[in-house]
Amino acid sequence: MNSRDYLYLVLAMGAVTYLPRMLPLVLLSRRKLPVWLAEWLELIPAAILSALIAPAIFAQSNPRVITFGKPELIAAIPTLLFALKTRSLAGTVLIGMFCYWLAVTFL
Amino acid sequence: MNCCRNSGQNTGYLKAGLSAAWPICLGFVPIGLSLGVLAQKGGLIPWQIAVMSVLVFAGSSQFIAVAMIGGGASIPAIVATTFVVNLRHLLMSSALAVHFQGVSRRFLVLFAYGVTDESFAANMARFTSGEWDRRSALTLNQLTNAIWIISTVAGAYLGQFIPAGAFGIDYALTGMFICLLVFQLRNRIFAITAVISTICSLLAYIWLPGNIYVIVASCLAATAGFLLKRIWRSRVVL
Repeated sequence: MNSRDYLYLVLAMGAVTYLPRMLPLVLLSRRKLPVWLAEWLELIPAAILSALIAPAIFAQSNPRVITFGKPELIAAIPTLLFALKTRSLAGTVLIGMFCYWLAVTFL
Repeated sequence: MNCCRNSGQNTGYLKAGLSAAWPICLGFVPIGLSLGVLAQKGGLIPWQIAVMSVLVFAGSSQFIAVAMIGGGASIPAIVATTFVVNLRHLLMSSALAVHFQGVSRRFLVLFAYGVTDESFAANMARFTSGEWDRRSALTLNQLTNAIWIISTVAGAYLGQFIPAGAFGIDYALTGMFICLLVFQLRNRIFAITAVISTICSLLAYIWLPGNIYVIVASCLAATAGFLLKRIWRSRVVL
C-alpha cells in the first residue's frame, strides 16, 4: 500500500471511529432524556464492563470456546474479592497483576 | 474555552485526571508496544503508525487493521471492519451524555475523540459517584491518548527487546475492569445485569464474529435489567 492510499485509509478509519463517539454526546447532551432511556443507559456501564471481562477470563480466543481453566480466571477471583473489600482501584490493579503473574508462573 | 473559566484550583482537576489515568496507561504501554512491533513487521514505518494512532485511537481495531493491511485487504474492507468493531462506543457516548447536559459543543467534540473502553469505564465510575469534574475526564482522555501514541511508535523501535508478559502487566486492564465493575454494582439490579451480560457475552463471543459480542451482550443485558426493574416496581405498586 503506497503512502497516499495509507493516508486515505487511516483518515476513513478515523472518521468511522470518531463519529459514533461524538454524535451521541453532542446530540443527547442537548435535550432532556426520557426516563426510560436514562434508566436503560444507567445499566449500560455494568453491562459493557461484564461483556468486556467475560471472554477475557472465561474463553479461549483461537478457536473460540468457553473454558474454566485460564490463569486469567484464577487471578480474577482474588482480584474481585480484593476490589469488593477495599474498593481501591490502584490496589486492585496491582493485586490483579501479581495474582496473574503467580498463576502464569506456578500453574 | 469555557471549561477553564471557573477554576478556583487550576491544578486540582488536572491532578485528579492524571492520578485516575495511570492504571489505564499501565495497560496501554505493553499493548501499544506490541501493536508497534506488529505494525512494523507488517511493513508500516513509524510515522504511519503514529498517524494511525492519532487519527483512530482504538486499540483492537488498529490490531485488526494492521493484520488486514499485512494480508492485502482492500481499503473499504478495512474501513468497514473498523466501523463495526468501534460501533460499541456509540453506547458508551450515549451513557456519558447524561453527565454532559448543556456542556459546550466545542468541549464535547474534543472530549469525544478520547472515548475508549478504558476511559469510558474510568470516567463513568467517577461521574456516577459524583466526585468527578469534566475537565478531569478530559485530562484523563488526552493523557491516555498521548501514552497510546507514544507506546505504539516506541513499539516500532524497541518492542522486540521487551519480554512478553513481564510482571503480569498483561492483566492490568482486566484488573481495572474488574474493579470498575465492582464500583458499578450499586444494587441487585446492577448485579443481575452484570451476570446476564457475562452469559450473553460468552454466547455471543462464541457464535458471532469479531467483537460485536460487546454490543449484543450489553444491549440484551441492559434491556433485561431494565425490564426486571419495571416488573419489580409494578409488583410493589400492586
